[in-house]
Amino acid sequence: MTINTQSSDRKSGRTGATAAIASAALAVGGIAIGAAIARRRAASTDDAPERSRKNLPGGNALVGRTVTIGRSREKLHGFWEKIENLPEVMENVERIERNAETDIWHIRAPGGTTVQVETRITENVPGERIAWESVEGSSIDTRGEVTFRDAPGDRGTRVTLVMSYDPPAGALGRTVAKLFRREPEVQARHDLKRFKMLMETGEIATSAHRRDRTRAAQQETE
Amino acid sequence: MKALTWHGTHDVRVDTVDDPEIINPRDAIIKVTSTAICGSDLHLYDGVIPAVRPGDILGHEFMGEVMETGKDSTLTKGQRVVVPFTISCGGCFHCKMQQYSCCDNSNPAEKQDMSATLYGHPMSALFGYSHLTGGYSGGQAEYVRVPFSDVGPIVVPDHLDDDRVLFLSDILPTGWMGAENADIQPDDTVAVWGCGPVGLFAIQSALVMGASKVIAIDHYPNRLALARQLGAEVIDFRGTDVREALMEMSGGIGVDAVIDAVGMEAHGFAPDNVIDIAKQKIGMGADRAAALKQAILAVRPGGRVSIPGVYGGMTDKFPLGAMMEKALQVRGGQTHVQRYTKDLLEKIEDGTLDTTFLISHRLPLEDAARGYKCFREEQDSWTKVVLKPGMELGQTK
Repeated sequence: MTINTQSSDRKSGRTGATAAIASAALAVGGIAIGAAIARRRAASTDDAPERSRKNLPGGNALVGRTVTIGRSREKLHGFWEKIENLPEVMENVERIERNAETDIWHIRAPGGTTVQVETRITENVPGERIAWESVEGSSIDTRGEVTFRDAPGDRGTRVTLVMSYDPPAGALGRTVAKLFRREPEVQARHDLKRFKMLMETGEIATSAHRRDRTRAAQQETE
Repeated sequence: MKALTWHGTHDVRVDTVDDPEIINPRDAIIKVTSTAICGSDLHLYDGVIPAVRPGDILGHEFMGEVMETGKDSTLTKGQRVVVPFTISCGGCFHCKMQQYSCCDNSNPAEKQDMSATLYGHPMSALFGYSHLTGGYSGGQAEYVRVPFSDVGPIVVPDHLDDDRVLFLSDILPTGWMGAENADIQPDDTVAVWGCGPVGLFAIQSALVMGASKVIAIDHYPNRLALARQLGAEVIDFRGTDVREALMEMSGGIGVDAVIDAVGMEAHGFAPDNVIDIAKQKIGMGADRAAALKQAILAVRPGGRVSIPGVYGGMTDKFPLGAMMEKALQVRGGQTHVQRYTKDLLEKIEDGTLDTTFLISHRLPLEDAARGYKCFREEQDSWTKVVLKPGMELGQTK
């Protein structure tokens, strides 16, 4: 759920490479994580994760990133399991509404609008893994999972976030496409970094020197 | 409040800006009593470090009084503290190994991409030093927001005045780590390029660590005199063949360790340096590494190369072959300030280290722009400038 609407790089104007990746992803679309991984693994001869392959066959609908966080698997899983916590580290997610069966993600979109994505948890193994997918009729077809594995020694936990997505056709699709053009991979990286900061330091680093100038505060007012 | 802000190459001004406020739980607000201009501030002034934006508040050597604390700060209002220029969380993988200048968590997530592209990994945050290192407002101001105030700032006793402890913020630990990275042994002859503040502290540190001889290289007579006063032998590179001299002065072996305290804006007129100067001027961004290249050729086989001098980009015609064929060990890095502050404070208190001899000018904060200009243009006589917010204009001591 790292669909970026508030690109951190708008000012510096970097949109090139990942925008191209996102476009390629849109062109292909509809790839479930498992199928994508299986197909690529067949063509791979090394031990690197599939998402780090060059020239991925069929474009790149997968976004994935790993960070090591100096906290236990249980603690990290505990934060993520309360999905309503996530907007604290995912700056483009305005809020997440929890219902009995599904969660509705309110994601900031260009022009002050929001896009809603409805998902349900498909797997939740304490200390190990949480997976989700969008429900039928959601404006974006998406699947994701976050896994927690022990890092060597006392280095804490390796957290890997992997997602695939497939925006719909039509006018809404074009809006969503705009969202995805804002570097989903960069956004995933930033979101995971913020998660790491919050878990390791209890706060999220900002170089603002007034409260009303943090990125979070500025998004509220936009 | 008043603060020294960057507006462009060779254009810094004291502006009135908003006071900082507490944002995160571990923050503190410091009222600055002394703040210095660093040689590395001149890299920003000269426009050779990227990602400095108009309005940015510069300055990373500062100390002062605690005014306000966040709920998780361990400081209390009224304490006198010196603040390390490196911003470090204290709890990440790197901080736990005391590699404080490699902190994972201090550079805001959205600011990490630039340095990750340039260096392969994002840098940690520094005060007042470009958006590559977080874009944090610096210390050449009346007030500063200090993140992770439970980790960085060191409380100093009242009987040590500002001039004696201010340099714990950067140049003293930077000179010390420069000497430590040279792995100095008792019978060593050590050569130090650059007799600016970091070079002078590296010389002093190398002698405290037991080097039998330290040779200082510069071309400013006053700076060479300061080096000699500390106990170094000196070489003026304008009139002396440095490599030849170092061979002779080390008994034909070559110096055991070399310390480059010059960095990316080296002087000198070797042909490759002239080319590097030209490239820097037209924005091709090559670091002028003349001092480092000379140091690598001068060090003995099996010797050590330490680089406290600041480099930001790429350099050309680097003597890579010498590095490999002579079996050299090379170490550099922004200073892990928090690793050294306590020990160095003791060495200041017991008189092992003198930290005031290099201060040439004390100016009011309002006069900071003149401080930059003179520190850059009159390097022989302006060896170190300390700015004092609240000091009367026209007062010089």
